[in-house]
Amino acid sequence: MELYELTAHELLDQIKNNATTPRDIQQSLKEQIERVDQKVHAYVRLFADGLNAIPDPQNACPIPIAIKDNMCVSGQETTCASTILAGFVPPYDATVIQRIKTQGCPLIGHVNMDEFAFGSSTETSCYGPTSNPWNLECVPGGSSGGSAAVVASSESVWAIGSDTGGSIRQPAALCGIVGMKPTYGRVSRYGLIAFASSLDQIGPLTKDVRDSALLLNIIAGPDPMDSTCIDRPVPDYTQSLVNDVRGLKIGIPKEYFIEGMQPDVKARVLDAIKLLKKQGAEFVDITLPHTEYAVATYYIIGTAEASSNLARYDGVQYGLRKQPDHLRKSTLVDMYEETRSRGFGKEAKRRVMLGAYSLSAGYYDAYYLKGLKVRTLIKQDFDKAFDIVDAIITPTSPTTAFKIGEKIDDPLAMYLSDIYTISANLAGIPAISIPCGFGNDGLPVGLQIMTKPFDEEMMFRVAYAYEQNTEWHKQRVQL
Amino acid sequence: MNQLKQEFETVIGLEVHLQLNTATKIFCGCANVFGDDPNTNTCPVCLGLPGTLPVLNKQALFSSIKIGLALNCQINPYIKFDRKNYYYPDLPKGYQISQFDLPVAWDGHIDISVGNGQKKTIRIKRAHMEEDAGKLIHDNNADCSLVDYNRTGTPLMEIVTEPDLRFSQEAYDYLHILKLTLQYLNISDCDMEKGSLRCDANISIRPKGQTTLGTKTELKNMNSFKAVKAALEYEEKRHRKVILDGGQISQETLLWDENRQRTLTMRTKEDAHDYRYFSEPDLVPFVVDEKAIQDIKNSLPENPDEKLERFIRDYELSSYDAGILVADLSLANFFEDCAKMYPDTKKICNWINGALLQELNARKLNLKDIDLSVNDFIAIIKKVDGNILSNLAAKDALRYVIDTGKSTEEIIKEKGLAQVSDEGSLLVVIDEVIKENETVVQEIKSGKESAIGFLIGQAMRKTKGKANPKKVGDLIKQKLL
Repeated sequence: MELYELTAHELLDQIKNNATTPRDIQQSLKEQIERVDQKVHAYVRLFADGLNAIPDPQNACPIPIAIKDNMCVSGQETTCASTILAGFVPPYDATVIQRIKTQGCPLIGHVNMDEFAFGSSTETSCYGPTSNPWNLECVPGGSSGGSAAVVASSESVWAIGSDTGGSIRQPAALCGIVGMKPTYGRVSRYGLIAFASSLDQIGPLTKDVRDSALLLNIIAGPDPMDSTCIDRPVPDYTQSLVNDVRGLKIGIPKEYFIEGMQPDVKARVLDAIKLLKKQGAEFVDITLPHTEYAVATYYIIGTAEASSNLARYDGVQYGLRKQPDHLRKSTLVDMYEETRSRGFGKEAKRRVMLGAYSLSAGYYDAYYLKGLKVRTLIKQDFDKAFDIVDAIITPTSPTTAFKIGEKIDDPLAMYLSDIYTISANLAGIPAISIPCGFGNDGLPVGLQIMTKPFDEEMMFRVAYAYEQNTEWHKQRVQL
Repeated sequence: MNQLKQEFETVIGLEVHLQLNTATKIFCGCANVFGDDPNTNTCPVCLGLPGTLPVLNKQALFSSIKIGLALNCQINPYIKFDRKNYYYPDLPKGYQISQFDLPVAWDGHIDISVGNGQKKTIRIKRAHMEEDAGKLIHDNNADCSLVDYNRTGTPLMEIVTEPDLRFSQEAYDYLHILKLTLQYLNISDCDMEKGSLRCDANISIRPKGQTTLGTKTELKNMNSFKAVKAALEYEEKRHRKVILDGGQISQETLLWDENRQRTLTMRTKEDAHDYRYFSEPDLVPFVVDEKAIQDIKNSLPENPDEKLERFIRDYELSSYDAGILVADLSLANFFEDCAKMYPDTKKICNWINGALLQELNARKLNLKDIDLSVNDFIAIIKKVDGNILSNLAAKDALRYVIDTGKSTEEIIKEKGLAQVSDEGSLLVVIDEVIKENETVVQEIKSGKESAIGFLIGQAMRKTKGKANPKKVGDLIKQKLL
């Protein structure tokens, strides 16, 4: 394998053994980006220092990393792939960025995403779509499509993404890599430009499970700047990487194997279950009865929070400011309207309107409040399930990657891409997607493993045990 | 007409916004100070920059609980915040973090005096925490408005009464008592001029005996308690006139125009905001433990009523005198410091409520604005006791001490204020006076002793008040009788 194709832990070993240097890794990635990014279109911004500055030999982890365009990097334009944030340069680092910098990982640049993370295909970006490295005509998934694509195309060793309803796991599945969403409160959200504050969580996108654990080690932990981040010690997650699932009880929720699911996706997931069974895991059928309401609940709560979170993009302090040619209402109202009309894309407008509607007087009880209640029921479904099982296994996405343009005009079809991932966000539990083979179309299929809150160790253990008995994670795309 | 007028009842409720004087802002570490250069006390969090998150200032929470307790409220230990969504350039996030359905304090009350020693209880509906907005600066010469975000994120407490007030005077009295109660807590400047205390009012009228409320109007932009009273009086009259003319009051928000002494429509009910309140997801609700609340309760300073009672009891002051002291915490504290150094508390009180207040009123200052030491003040009283200063000279001494900041001793020396008690020099003056007032002298000699007072006065005049009047009287008596 080429240097750029290796995992972070392999590169760290090589550095340790003097088989390579941080500088060589940077160079290798630089060449790979130059070679393939014109095809993948994943980077929206390369940082001048990232692959050019000579790394400090003292750095603990000099492995370059790509950052989703919704995480603030001091001195670097950060836009959430939205015109409305054009020119916004944060004067501060997100806590996660600070921690990555402390470890000495060079930041390669910002990667593409759906505008404000609103989407499952990376097509709503103001920078245009990113391609799936496995098939350039297909989407990489979303919203962290850029993060998944750069790892799959080996334009970065690993990447950071954010997951509000599946935005890390679904693109990881569609791009054949590992993507994990930590427990809500495990990783600080400070500096993550909010989509839905009660659902957003930052997590790693990596080539294998060990890298995922390594990166979570770096970014997890309490933060005085984020009161939703739980004050709880961070274990060394690499310690949970044991190839042993004997005696573990794993649940299979019947609501997740439904009609409309791509048959070959279903087959790959069942193959994976068979393999884990062979290794000694015990599988039990479970029920998560409120699953059918998850998508609706998510779109009520997520859009309500988003409508408020996006209110600050008003043209006053930063980003885009537009005034119409002729005075319409008042200079101020005109500025608000023109700025937001021109600055937000179609999907962002749709979500702001949906959210404002469900929060408004007369509708609040029927929509938002009802949504909160159903959310509690969904959480209780998982609590009950985890009384019986150690982990839950499901498909990550009902389909393999779809064509660019295929669902962009059909929001409902697009929303259903996240049908299996949304519940973990509503319940706040950790979940990981790992590669489990390929569909009949030759595109990757993902397997999702969920565990109870703050039991990332169990989640990593099951994922690792599966991975160590398969070769899927070693597949590299040739571009 | 007059009879009709009698049959109306006015119903008033007040909303007071109080800025807390915590060292830092409510959700970030920026300094919480008034009057600095625009946009110097700001950071990414209070500017609402993308990705930033609020973290609650513990001190602001404790001050809020203090206020709740001082207003006899129930304290809600489950602390939850909500977002109030609306657009305005001084509101950088597009929403204000506030408390909606679960205020930190609710169901309280304070009493106001309504004459004849009667008290009336005004119920406090709720008191909740929120963040202040920034300030727009309009420059008529510029083609734009500017925003100063220094105030953004200043901790605020909003204190809302039930509609229990019936007269503008009651509203005025309530505000005074409320302010005094808050001042005793030392959690706010309570300064309306600096905007650290602001008041909005709701008013409606209804036929006497009716239990349902009439249509209310909300009044804003009053810059003093007096303005609140004037605005309420104006609006009360306007409501009456509209209704007696057969019209209907429309529910609206009005601005008080101080110059024209009238209200002007700001927005009507149709323009009312739908604030789309929902729980603030960036601040996790939590429970303040009972012990913490109990500790705050135990740490509450004496309230004005308690102090008043104690002053009357322990210092044997009249309720009138004690009332004057208690109405200004710094005055009350000054009095108590003096009482530690000097046994005659009644006398101290007379000097504070008399000479000292006169000096302060003449300067339109409060005691806390001047630098007067207890030592110098007591020294003046003691000089009077020791016949070194006359009452008149003592007042002069006090004035000079306040003006110059010099000690009482220095001032007496410098200004030559000490009384003349030495017989030799007094006799010279007395001889002059006797010579110049022969008629009076004759009267005295023929038995009209009361006329001695006149001669004493003449001697005092000649010595410019420095003569010891008792001594002068004794000497005159010796000479003439």
